[in-house]
Amino acid sequence: MVVENTIDTFDAPPEERISRERFETDQMWIYMGPQHPFSHGLWTLKIKVDGEIVTDAEPVIGYLHRGWEKEAENRTYPKIIPMADRLCYSASMTYTHLYCMTVEKALGIEAPDKAKYIRVVADEICRIQSHLMWLAAMGTDLGNLTIFLWAMREREYWLDLNVRLCGQRMTTNYPRIGGVRNDTTELFDRDVLRVTELFEKRLWDIIDMIDDSSIYVSRMKNIGCLTREQCANLGLTGPAMRGCGLDFDLRRDMPYSKYAEMDFEVPVLQDGDAYARYRVRIEEMFQSCLIIKQAMRKIKALGKNAPYRVKVPSKVPAGRTFCKLEDPRGESMMYLVSDGTDKPYRLKVRAPLFTNLSASKPMVKGCRVADVPVVMAMIDVCMGESDR
Amino acid sequence: MALKDWINYADYSDLQNFAYYPYETHNIVYEIGYNLYQVLGGLIAWIIDVLFPNNGLSTWLMSGPVVNLFAIVNLALIIFLVIFTGVLVSLWQERKTLGRFMDRRGTQIGMKGFLQCVADGFKTFMKENTTPKKVDKMGYTWTLSLVIGTSVLVACMLPLSDRFYIVDYDAGFLIVMAIYALAPLFILVSGWAQNNKYTLIGGMRAAQSMISYEIPMLITVCAVAILAGTFNIGGVVAAQNETMWYVIPMALGFIVFFTASCAEAERTPFDLAESESELVEGWQTEYAGMKWGLIMLGDYLRGFASCAMVSLLFLGGWNIAPFVSAEANAFLPELVQLLKGWFVFFLMIWVRASLPRVRIDQILNLGWKVLTPLAIINLGIAVVLKTGGFF
Repeated sequence: MVVENTIDTFDAPPEERISRERFETDQMWIYMGPQHPFSHGLWTLKIKVDGEIVTDAEPVIGYLHRGWEKEAENRTYPKIIPMADRLCYSASMTYTHLYCMTVEKALGIEAPDKAKYIRVVADEICRIQSHLMWLAAMGTDLGNLTIFLWAMREREYWLDLNVRLCGQRMTTNYPRIGGVRNDTTELFDRDVLRVTELFEKRLWDIIDMIDDSSIYVSRMKNIGCLTREQCANLGLTGPAMRGCGLDFDLRRDMPYSKYAEMDFEVPVLQDGDAYARYRVRIEEMFQSCLIIKQAMRKIKALGKNAPYRVKVPSKVPAGRTFCKLEDPRGESMMYLVSDGTDKPYRLKVRAPLFTNLSASKPMVKGCRVADVPVVMAMIDVCMGESDR
Repeated sequence: MALKDWINYADYSDLQNFAYYPYETHNIVYEIGYNLYQVLGGLIAWIIDVLFPNNGLSTWLMSGPVVNLFAIVNLALIIFLVIFTGVLVSLWQERKTLGRFMDRRGTQIGMKGFLQCVADGFKTFMKENTTPKKVDKMGYTWTLSLVIGTSVLVACMLPLSDRFYIVDYDAGFLIVMAIYALAPLFILVSGWAQNNKYTLIGGMRAAQSMISYEIPMLITVCAVAILAGTFNIGGVVAAQNETMWYVIPMALGFIVFFTASCAEAERTPFDLAESESELVEGWQTEYAGMKWGLIMLGDYLRGFASCAMVSLLFLGGWNIAPFVSAEANAFLPELVQLLKGWFVFFLMIWVRASLPRVRIDQILNLGWKVLTPLAIINLGIAVVLKTGGFF
């Protein structure tokens, strides 16, 4: 006797859902990208669809390869700092910070305390504006332009803070090997707390709009699901990982700069779907505001006369150095092989998105075509750092 | 004969008794066309008569059939131009209102942004009109004309007042709904003919969603017809003027019809046929230049028609309100109808500004499992109200 299977198709795992909802049609490959409105940057997501259901996917990257690592081998150490800005347009501060940290570690010197605090503030500003950029892009992927413009409006304040701090909006060229380029300006000291307080209020506009609407939530819930095991095996990091229930953040667990002195929480959700990743990122923005406030208090306590930069030799002794840092998108790492000259022998960048993108196949499998932009928006794609 | 005599040659002082007058009631647009031709045609007839005395052409030009023909051509032109201008205003309205929702000012080009439509039209007109090599030419070109044509027809067949209409027919709303329902078929064929995977999926989505939203729409129209006792558009409006706006007894029907008309016009929460984030531009992907511009115009014409229908069915149409005197209602009813249409369009823009795009399974669930039962409940309410003697 054949027992009828009565499980509802929506509760079934992706593979089963694919087999249940299969139309009797040919499957076809659709190339989403490299020129496609959903891909933020140049990359292709090949998806195989059966009607509207995605049965297979394959990310293709490499369209934006600029030979960054090779180019870095032909430049002196200070000249790589502005190049590190260009790794990712919205995480420029963290990448320059990471590079400077790596070289400092190779030189065996420590940056002054004040520089470390300023780097913390700059990193968190970078994290907030990067998350706002992600929020804006997520709005367009969901088909709503209001969120895009509201998030960009808020982001403008943080970019203005960047201008106050170092004169640039996005590619900041601010950290230096052995410190930072300049002390915080008076305008920055005045505005950073104002902006933080204003932002903590106004972010609720966007949160209310998304979380109180069942349509938004239903577009994000139960899609792009990953389990903890899948997540660990694929090497996901950052907010995408913390949305899957893995409780790990470099800022708290392996602190660098002055993060050990900061009091903040790492948001972790167990659901593992797109909505959990969204919630984690939103909560991270609030935590970043807390960190900025604390770090600014410490900078004020140090006074204006505290040193913010030390002189460093131009030649780095031969050796191998490895350094990592919590990027807005995950863990970015740099591996420096120096040979005693003023140029690196090899500088390897491990970008968080390079590995996060490889998770696109298990994430979009079993979704519908309309879910693909939403799922991929939740890992916050930026091709500059993936292709390098 | 003098010029004045030629102008008054067709001396039909009482238009109603004129043998060729096609309408049973007063039609102001026909009258405008008629008077316009009297002056222009009379002038031409007089000039010809001065140059060649006693010819037959002048008298033929001013004879009844010819005057009637030109009056009807004029009528079609005037109604299209008025509707077209109304659509341009709603385009401008969308740009400005959406801008305000998003905390910006919207377009600023010429006349507070109104000339942006002209600039956009000119831009699309000047673009190269490319046709991909492997498309099915027949399906590519002709379905497009039919999609746009049905949109124009629907928008123009809805009257602006009891004196501003093309035809006055008893099946009124039924015929409008029938023409409205033609577009999904053409969109499906068009998406298929373009030989592109995105357009194929977009065409299928459009057909699915539009067909499933026809049904609650039509049931709601039937409910209104039960209350009013007629499908005639003027009759529905007159019935509302005698009792009350049907939005009050049938708030449920209003919500159902408004949601379904958003979906029918492919406005943003339901625009998954052209969802730009995953399907590039949906079924419109391969259309370039002015073809695409005309598709956009057709979209807005459908949106405008939806809004006009909501106004006619639920908001009392061209009468200001039931308690307003007949004289006040008779003063510029066309403007009242347009204003109500723009108000409904404002609601649509509001929805667009605050909601994301829904998925195809969600839209079908909403259509079949929520809106259709609600429409049937609304039909029951209408039947109860009518048999209970309230209307």
